[in-house]
Amino acid sequence: MQKPIIEVRNLVAKYGDRTILEDISLDFYQGEVTVILGSSGGGKTTLLKNIIRLTEPFSGSVKIFGEEVTQMPEDAFTKILKRVGMLFQNGALLNSIDIHENLSIPLEQHTNLPPAIVQRVIRKKLDLVNLSHALYLLPSELSGGMKKRAALARAIALDPEILFFDEPSAGLDPITSAQLDELILDLKKLLNISIVVVTHELASIHRIADRIVFLHKGKLVFHGTLSEAKECKHETVQEFFKVGRFE
Amino acid sequence: MADYIIDSDCLKISGSLNKDTVADLFAKLQKEINFEKIDYISLLDLDNIDSAGVAMLDELIIMSGKELVLKDMNTQVKDTVSVFESKSLAISEMPAKMGFFELIGDAVLKFISESFQMLVLAVDILYWSIIALWNRKGQRKGSLIQQGVQIGVDALPIVTLLSFIIGFIISLQSASQLKQFGANIFLANLIAISMVRELGPLVTAIIIAGRSGSAIASEIATMKVTEEIDALKMMALNPIRYIVVPKFHAVTVCMPLLVLFSILVGVFGGMLIGIYYLDLSMVSFLNACLQIIDLKDIAISMAKSIVFAWQIVVVGSHYGFQVTGGAEGVGKATTISVVISIFSVIVMDALFSLFYLI
Repeated sequence: MQKPIIEVRNLVAKYGDRTILEDISLDFYQGEVTVILGSSGGGKTTLLKNIIRLTEPFSGSVKIFGEEVTQMPEDAFTKILKRVGMLFQNGALLNSIDIHENLSIPLEQHTNLPPAIVQRVIRKKLDLVNLSHALYLLPSELSGGMKKRAALARAIALDPEILFFDEPSAGLDPITSAQLDELILDLKKLLNISIVVVTHELASIHRIADRIVFLHKGKLVFHGTLSEAKECKHETVQEFFKVGRFE
Repeated sequence: MADYIIDSDCLKISGSLNKDTVADLFAKLQKEINFEKIDYISLLDLDNIDSAGVAMLDELIIMSGKELVLKDMNTQVKDTVSVFESKSLAISEMPAKMGFFELIGDAVLKFISESFQMLVLAVDILYWSIIALWNRKGQRKGSLIQQGVQIGVDALPIVTLLSFIIGFIISLQSASQLKQFGANIFLANLIAISMVRELGPLVTAIIIAGRSGSAIASEIATMKVTEEIDALKMMALNPIRYIVVPKFHAVTVCMPLLVLFSILVGVFGGMLIGIYYLDLSMVSFLNACLQIIDLKDIAISMAKSIVFAWQIVVVGSHYGFQVTGGAEGVGKATTISVVISIFSVIVMDALFSLFYLI
């Protein structure tokens, strides 16, 4: 039996009095791409943010690398954060500095690597996402797809063991979206990274998913492989895989 | 922890070669190793390696000036090295920085081009403002009143407070000096002239530049970044007529009123000092004020206030429309519009001072 890299138990998330996630329990496994699916407002991004503590959970437990993180002191959690990367929906590159500086932030702040090595790592990571030519460009000079790739290069700068993607295909054309999916698969294969993706793009799910987590109205309605998901009897899951989108 | 040993022509690296250990090992190797004697790097005893480790190996190979051979790699190390190998990557040149004289030339060209663009925009705004006096089409209904409230009414408390404090402080500082010479009544002359000719228009313009100028720049810049300006154009609406003209009309009406109010409140602040510190009567203070101020002073002051108001709108709009680069650009546009508005208002104030000599 594979050992989970993230364990979520009885997680409840609330915004004020409104419950967003109800009693969620699931595991994410090493070297797999897990796709979190669900309708808009179903709690997908909230689940992601609760796992990485961008939002504090109301109750429940989240273990990353076997360590409970919900009550972990800030400095201990920083050590966990250095081992994970996140690609935000709009890239979240720092707009005032060029791509080279964006990538050098984690490397310079969290390692003692000499400048020559830092430069080499930056160039290689940009090469991996096919953006070598954009080294000294500002984020505002890049297209949407390029911004996401640059943000991905920043997310993998420290060779994370887990990568989180928040709607990587949002706002991208099908070709760029497919290229990004290829990149996700390459990273998983080459670096053996565990990947958690929030999306509702059916084409993307078919390309990358090893495992599916389906949330509906804040509840976990399915957790299993893609082929199991297609056989699932739950009405909303069936509807999603039949129509390819949420009504 | 990573370490090394030399075995004849082979450098043997052991332990974990990752982002936490590379810095120390690299410094040690640079100091202690003579690469002329090394032909191989053995990775047999390497536990693991990451992208920083591979970058270090590449850097060592390049430093050695010869083709060092990596050997004894297990599958995991071999795969990682093949993924992160960077020796063959083309080195992108950093864009050349401008020299001192180039910077000066660039700044001069930018100044000329921006001044020209601002002039064109000012003419455009003036043209549409005059057209809009007769034809209100192309503007949102009620926008003039809304802008009047935002630029004029909402600014009243801060203009009142600051003008009162300035009038009060100037009078307080001057009163003790005037008292020594028995020239108490001249406090009225001093405060009336300084408030009417200079401080009233200037203080109000600086407040409006900081408050409304920045709001104009950020509003237009945000609209530009979020393609709202393009949307207006596609609806066959002129953005200047739709967005800027109501602000231009509102500020043209509100600014002289705010300046008048600022002058009255500033003089009132000064009068309090005159009455309670210099024992002047209210009637003699006001009489002295009215005698020293003539119609020309008021006319120049009002003209000044309108010109300042137009400057603020033109500068704010210019930097709003010129924005590039998303949210970051909006912040920059707002900041620079306030700085340039205040600067241009003070320069224009200096030019207006010449009229008092005539």
